[in-house]
Amino acid sequence: MNSRIATAGNAGPKVRSDCQITIELKPKGGISLDIKSKVKSIYGKSIRTLCLEMLEYFAIRNALVSVDDSGALPVVIMARIEAAVKKITSTGLVFLPEMSKDNLYSTEHDWMRFSRLYLPGNTPGLMINAGLHSARGIILDLEDSVAPDKKEEARLLVRNALRQLDFRGAERMVRINQGETGLKDLEAVIPQNVNMVLIPKCESAEQVRRFDDHIAKISKAMKLKKRVFLMPIIETALGIENCFTIASASPSVVAAAIGLEDLTADMGVQRTAEGTESLYARARLVMAAKAAGIQAIDSVFSDVSDLDTLRKVVIQSKALGFEGMGCIHPRQIRIINEGYAPDSTEIDKACRIDIAFREASEKGLGVVALGTKMIDAPVVTRARRTIETAVRLGLLPDNWRESSPK
Amino acid sequence: MAVKTVMNAAGRKVPLAINGQPAIPFRGVGKHRPSGVKYSPPIPTCADFPSDGNKVVGSLEDALRKCGLKSGMTISTHHHLRDGDLISNRIFEIASGMGVKDLVWFPSASFPCNDPVIRYLSDGTINRIEGSMNGPLGRFVSEGGMKGTAVLRSHGGRVQAIQDGEVKIDIAVLAAPSADAFGNARGTGGSSSCGVIGYGKPDSMYATKVIVVTDNLVDFPCCPMEIEGNYVDCVVVVDKIGVPEKIVSGTTEITKSPDRILIAELTASFLEKTGILQDGVTMQAGAGGTSLAIAVFVHEILKRNGWKSKFGFGGSTKYMVKMLEEGQMGCILDAQAFDLDAVRSVETNPCHIPYPVFNAYNYHSKGNLTSMMDIMILGATEVDLGFNGNVVTHSDGYLLHGIGGWQNCLHARNVILPLPLFRDRIPVIVDEVTTLCGPGELIDVIITERSIAINPLRKDLVRRVKGSGLPIVTIRELKEEAERICGRPEKPEFDDRIVAAIKWVDGTVIDVVRKLKIQKG
Repeated sequence: MNSRIATAGNAGPKVRSDCQITIELKPKGGISLDIKSKVKSIYGKSIRTLCLEMLEYFAIRNALVSVDDSGALPVVIMARIEAAVKKITSTGLVFLPEMSKDNLYSTEHDWMRFSRLYLPGNTPGLMINAGLHSARGIILDLEDSVAPDKKEEARLLVRNALRQLDFRGAERMVRINQGETGLKDLEAVIPQNVNMVLIPKCESAEQVRRFDDHIAKISKAMKLKKRVFLMPIIETALGIENCFTIASASPSVVAAAIGLEDLTADMGVQRTAEGTESLYARARLVMAAKAAGIQAIDSVFSDVSDLDTLRKVVIQSKALGFEGMGCIHPRQIRIINEGYAPDSTEIDKACRIDIAFREASEKGLGVVALGTKMIDAPVVTRARRTIETAVRLGLLPDNWRESSPK
Repeated sequence: MAVKTVMNAAGRKVPLAINGQPAIPFRGVGKHRPSGVKYSPPIPTCADFPSDGNKVVGSLEDALRKCGLKSGMTISTHHHLRDGDLISNRIFEIASGMGVKDLVWFPSASFPCNDPVIRYLSDGTINRIEGSMNGPLGRFVSEGGMKGTAVLRSHGGRVQAIQDGEVKIDIAVLAAPSADAFGNARGTGGSSSCGVIGYGKPDSMYATKVIVVTDNLVDFPCCPMEIEGNYVDCVVVVDKIGVPEKIVSGTTEITKSPDRILIAELTASFLEKTGILQDGVTMQAGAGGTSLAIAVFVHEILKRNGWKSKFGFGGSTKYMVKMLEEGQMGCILDAQAFDLDAVRSVETNPCHIPYPVFNAYNYHSKGNLTSMMDIMILGATEVDLGFNGNVVTHSDGYLLHGIGGWQNCLHARNVILPLPLFRDRIPVIVDEVTTLCGPGELIDVIITERSIAINPLRKDLVRRVKGSGLPIVTIRELKEEAERICGRPEKPEFDDRIVAAIKWVDGTVIDVVRKLKIQKG
C-alpha cells in the first residue's frame, strides 16, 4: 500500500478477454488515461467512461492510468481497476457490478453433482462461455490455479464473475484457499449467491466448522438467507483417516471429494490410471460419505486428451460408489455426465415408478406398488429426479409419458 | 477529391466511378441485366511463336520484359499456392527494379506471405490491389495507405469481371506445379503440388499476355491441361514456385475450441432435425475449424442413417475425402485442394474431379453450380438484424478478409452461418453490418453456441423446427444477448475517403469501405 504504482490483470500476446491496469499516483495533474485496446474503435469510449467513473468513486484524482485491453468484458475491467486501486490505497469501498437476476438460483442438498468444471480464478477468458458445456457445477478456483501474488486480484475477479456471468444453471462453486486467505475469500464471495464452497486440503472437522461458522457470520451480517453448501476436498493421508468426522462435521457438508494428485504425493507413490494405489483411500472416502449421508465425489482426471481412459475411469468410479468427478477441460464433461448419469435400466425403472404413482394417485389409492414392491415417497422423489436428469441430459424426451407404454 | 455517391438498392452510399471507371450501383439480387458481348483479348498468331513449341525463356524478368511490362498495367496471379506463394512478390520486386509504376495487382486472393507488397504499394510500383486484403495489408489499406481504391470481388465475381471486360488483364503470371515447354500446366506433381490451379484458367483465356512459371518442367504434353498452352506466351522455369508446407493451409484441422465444437454439433443437429440433411444431399463446407467439425458430425449422421451425399463441392479437405473414400459421398467437384490428403485424392481418385470456379461461380453464365447445392456452410465477421452479412471488415472497421466464394455460395438452397455470438468482446450480431457483402434475403440461418436464429423469410424452416427442442430465438434476441454480455458497441469512425469498393456477383457495387479515423489516447 506504500508503493505509488500498481498493476493488476494480465496482458500479452496470448492473453484474451482480459486487461491489465497500471495506476501511478501523482501529487497533482489530474487523471491521465491511456487506453490500448483491440476493441478501442467500438468500446474505447465506454472503457474510458468506466475508468473515470471508478477512479472518481475511489477518490483517485491525480494519476497516470494505463489500460492494456485484449477484449475484456466490463466486469473484468472493473475487477482489474479495483484490484490496482487497492494495491496503492487503503479503502473499504467496493465497486460491484450489478447482480444479474439470472444468477440468483439455488441448488439442493442432493443436486446431481456428476461433473464440476474447474476454472482458474484469474483467467477471465475461460469463464465467459464456461456455462455452455452442461457441467453440473462450475468451480471458480482461488486456490492452486492462482499464483500467490495474484490471490487478491483473482478474488475480485471471481466476485464480479459470480455477479454477472451466466453459468446457465450449473451449481455455482468457489474453491477457497486454506487458512486466513480462505476466510478473506469467503467475505468476497459469500454475498454473491455462491451455492457451494470447496474446502481444499481438508484434514479435520474443525477446519470445516471454522469456515462454516465464518459463512454463518457473513450471512447473518449481510442478512443472506440461502444455505451455502460445503464440499471438503480430502487430499492427505490424515484427511482420509478423518474423513467420516469431516463428512459429518456440519449439516452444510453435502459432498466430500478426494484429491488424488496431492494424496498420492503425500503417500509417496505414483498416480496411475488404474488407481490401485488409491483404491483404499477412495473406498474409505465413499464409505465415510455414505455413512454421513452425503455424496462421494472423485478426483479430476488430468490427461485431457485421453478420453478413452477417462471413460473407463468413470465406469470404475461409479462402480465404487462415487457420484461425480471434477473436470479440467470442457471436453471431459460429456463423458463424465454420461458415465455417472442414470443408465437406461435406471431410467426405465424411474419412469415406471412415476407412472405407477400417478395412476395410484388418480385412483385415490394410498398405497402404491410396482409389481410386488411397495413404493414410498423418497423412492418417487428419487425416480422423478432421475427422470428430470434424464430429460435434461437428452436421454429421455420431455414428452416421454405420451411415448412410453403404460 | 470528393466522389459522387448515390444510394444503391441496399441503402448503401456508393460511388458512380471507381479508379476513374464508371461503376453501377447494386440494384437488387438478380436485377442487373448485363448487355453487350464478352471481352476478347487481341488475336495472336503462330508466326510469332517458335514452331518447336518451346516457349521457355531465361527468367521471370525476361518474360515480363518480353510481354511488354510497363507502367499502368494490370497483372494477375492465382492463389493456389496460398501462403507458400513465392512468385507474386517477385513480380513486383522486378517491376520496381525496372522503374515501372502504377500497376494494378489482380490476384484471386492474397495471403500473409504477400505482405511484402506493402513496400511496392508505398513506393508507387503498385497503384492498387483488386482482390482480397488480409492482415497487415488490410490494415494498410484501411488506414488509407494505398494510392488507388481497392476493389474486392468474390471468386465468381472475379471471373465475371474478366469475362465482361471490367478488368482487362495485361499480363497473367500463373504459377504451375507442373508445366511443359509449350505452356500446358496442371496443379499436381513436382515439389509444390497444390492439387488444382483452376483459378488461373480465366486469366489464361482473357489476358493479353500469359506467363506460366513452374519448378517442374515436364515433357510435352503436360496432362491434364488445366491451363492450355495455346493461351501461353512464355514459360519460366525457377527453382521453387512455393514453400510446400505453406501451400497446404494450416486451417484444415478441426477446431479444438469447445465453444466452436458446440456450434458445430448444434449445426449438425439442426441440419438433421430440419430434414435438410438427407439421402442424396449436396453440400459444401469451408476449411475453417468449425466447418471441418461440422463435416465430421455430418459424416456421422450420413453413416448412421445409411445415407449418401450425391456430391460435395470443394475446397476439399481430408474430412471430405474421408466421406468420399468411405462411401458417404458420390464424388467431389473441386476448385481448390486445402490439404495433403485432398491433393493426393485429386491425383489418384477419378471421383475427385477438378472443377474450375469458371464453371461453378460465375453469375454471368448459363447456370451456376452453387444454386444447385442443398447445404452451404459459410462464415461471416458480422450479421445484422436484416440477416445481411459482412465478410471483409470486422466491427472495428478494418479490412481483414477477402470475399472468397462467399457471395457466390449465398445462392444455395440453405445458407447456414455457424458463428460465435461474439469474438473477444466483439459482437457478431449487430444492428447494421459495417460493410454489406451479402443481402439478408439470401442468408437463412445463424447458429451460435447459445442459440439459433432463422430468417423469417424461411417460413418452411421456421415450421420444421417446431417441437425439435432446438434453441430457436429471433435474430434480435441474439443481438440483445450479445450486447448484454459485451456491452453495446460504438460505431467506428470513418473519413469520407473510399479505400475499397465491394462488388456484388454481377459486378455492381454493393458497398464501400472508408478510411478509418485513428483514435488517439
